[in-house]
Amino acid sequence: MQVKYQVEGGDFTSAGYASSQVKKLLKQLNVAPKVIKNVVVALYEAEVNIVAHAYRGVIEVELDPQKITLVLEDEGPGIPNIDLAMQEGFSTASPAVREMGFGAGMGLPNIKRNVDDMQLESQVDKGTRLTLIKFFNA
Amino acid sequence: MKISEVAKLMNARIVCGEHRLEEEIKHGFGSDLMSDVLRTEAEQLILITGLANLQTIRTAEMADIEFILFVRDKKATDEMVELAKENNLVVLETSNSMFKASGILFQAGLTPVF
Ligand SMILES: Nc1ncnc2c1ncn2[C@@H]1O[C@H](COP(=O)(O)OP(=O)(O)O)[C@@H](O)[C@H]1O
Ligand SMILES: [Mg+2]
Repeated sequence: MQVKYQVEGGDFTSAGYASSQVKKLLKQLNVAPKVIKNVVVALYEAEVNIVAHAYRGVIEVELDPQKITLVLEDEGPGIPNIDLAMQEGFSTASPAVREMGFGAGMGLPNIKRNVDDMQLESQVDKGTRLTLIKFFNA
Repeated sequence: MKISEVAKLMNARIVCGEHRLEEEIKHGFGSDLMSDVLRTEAEQLILITGLANLQTIRTAEMADIEFILFVRDKKATDEMVELAKENNLVVLETSNSMFKASGILFQAGLTPVF
């Protein structure tokens, strides 16, 4: 099963919509609540990152019996130094993003601790691609 | 502690979730940083926050937090209330500061999560 969502950069009103839909979907599929929380917390941080740091993006969700795969691909400024971006506390977030309660530099570390696999690839001035995998039987 | 007791101690306005006022909570967590909130793991927890926007409600939804207390007279907008209702959340508003609200609720028996 596959689902797709569009995400608009800067649109803090809709930020979290995709994560909310995925949460409903996983509930319907009777996935364990703890696993659902892990998935949606990671996805929400990643969705907010597109809204906060990129121009626009697409979230692709792929569900199979053992796992969920989330691919978030955006057009945006990209991440020049991924190791640095992964560090807790590192953030280039704008004041507007901070007003929304984000921009503490904890998003990427939060994503990592909630999934089984995380791949982050980025090209400066092009965009970023984040792939997340979470197994249901964890 | 019952949510109704929290509301009383805070002299709070009940914005939504009136039907859940007799439910019990055990823990409190205070923050305006949503990434912090997304790290909490406890159940029966009330989020005490001065950040009142749609992302506060979304964050509660993702973190499985069902009770929110807005401090410093922060008001939930209509859009926030609608989303909160959709998620069956209880939302309270108080004029108390974060420190005062946390102090009173701590003293009354709510425990921290870390
Ligand atoms: N999709 C993205 N596009 C461009 N830059 C990003 C993206 N995601 C993260 N970043 C960069 O990595 C930094 C750290 O991200 P994160 O840990 O989520 O913290 P925060 O979003 O709070 O700044 C961001 O401040 C930004 O510089
Ligand atoms: Mg972030």
